[in-house]
Amino acid sequence: MLASLVGYLGDFDKAEDAAQEAFAIAAQRWPDSGVPANPGAWLVTTARNRAIDRIRRERTLAEKIQLLPVPEAVMDEFDEAVIKDERLELIFTCCHPALPLEGQVALTLRALGGLETGEIARAFLVSEETMKRRLSRAKAKIKATGIPFAVPGARVLADRLDAVLAVIYLIYNEGYRGRVDLGGEAIRLGRVLAGLMPDEAEAHGLLALMTIHHARRRARFSGEDLVLLADQDRSLWNMGEIAAGRDVLDRALGLGGRGAYVVQAAIASLQAMSPVDWGQVAALYGRLVELTGSAVVELNRAVAVAQAGDPAGALLAVESLDLDGYLYFHSTRGELLRRLGRDGEARAAYRRALELATSTAERRFLERRLE
Amino acid sequence: MQYAVMIYASPDQIDGLSEAEREAVLADYQALVADERCVQAVQLQPAETATSVRVVGGRMLATDGPFADTKEVLGGLCLIEAANLDEVLEMAERIPAARLGGVVEVRPVVPR
Repeated sequence: MLASLVGYLGDFDKAEDAAQEAFAIAAQRWPDSGVPANPGAWLVTTARNRAIDRIRRERTLAEKIQLLPVPEAVMDEFDEAVIKDERLELIFTCCHPALPLEGQVALTLRALGGLETGEIARAFLVSEETMKRRLSRAKAKIKATGIPFAVPGARVLADRLDAVLAVIYLIYNEGYRGRVDLGGEAIRLGRVLAGLMPDEAEAHGLLALMTIHHARRRARFSGEDLVLLADQDRSLWNMGEIAAGRDVLDRALGLGGRGAYVVQAAIASLQAMSPVDWGQVAALYGRLVELTGSAVVELNRAVAVAQAGDPAGALLAVESLDLDGYLYFHSTRGELLRRLGRDGEARAAYRRALELATSTAERRFLERRLE
Repeated sequence: MQYAVMIYASPDQIDGLSEAEREAVLADYQALVADERCVQAVQLQPAETATSVRVVGGRMLATDGPFADTKEVLGGLCLIEAANLDEVLEMAERIPAARLGGVVEVRPVVPR
């Protein structure tokens, strides 16, 4: 509903005010007069009328003309008109690259997720005032710079969709914080997006990736301890969610998807099997390296290569990487050296990793490795 | 809506380009100026010709050189009339400086 109003009014704040007014009127009237046949249409029309009235009033005040009585929305007049679903326009507007990233995230959660400003503030560990300002700044920039309320044209759609997916994935990776399940929120947003863009393989890819990861959330920690994928208690995995994720992945693959999110989802799906086909996982990581050029992804590929039975080849790949400040670079080196029987060097690598550990879980994991 | 488009480029941006590439660069700049949405366009003379003016303690201080002593300098600016930001961004994308290591800054103009 908010999406339709923002589209119609071209202004977030006016849309929110109008929506609230409409709900208030409904709360007053419907208990007596009954719920209308198409409550959604009633709410949108009422909200639009209230907004138009307000704009008219503001204008007449500015012109110092006497106020005229405002005609109220009459229930009987509502057509069964289809409310234009403008959620796609809203998503692309909220995630416009011209907005600061934290503004994109906040706006997406507020406008599409429907989260309260306070909830978003708590999830990102900032004060409500700070989050309010972040949202205001983003909305102000949309207005000031003329960011259009539109789905981008074909020429730029792929890039702009990447930006949207990046925001959703960022939200997903925040996890459960401040009593808000941002992981769940992101999955919901991902589902909306995949529903609105059914032919976009990467949108399905991201949804599949998040769903499969989410299915393993209860097995990731054992108390304060980080549990490696290989050691996780599979009975704690939600197999229903994994199956659902795989269905979405199939959809993406059916669309010919070979992009980064589809590949990551495929890796996650393979890793949820028993036994894991590490050769295939390594090949997929290879594709991901091609797509991203990321050293961290290459590190993960090396791990898969080792798991497939070639620790020497894996070590070769790892040593060519420039990731000295990355904890998992050193811990991976340590593990590979250990498998190759080079215990002295392995311990040195684990100690270096320990220097970089920042959380208790990481520290304990590495300390156990050093025993 | 009116937007100011400020083109920052390093003075050697076309060094090392082939003849054909240089011609493409020229053509793109000409296309920008010829675009009916381009209300006004000015190309600035090199940074060495710049003079910076400050008034400190009531006295005018003029010094040689541009405001910012950076590799990329303001090389030109245009005033664009466009329907929305995406339209200007599309035009800005084609400005050669953007693909030759420079930056194009787009900012809405305060309406008078």
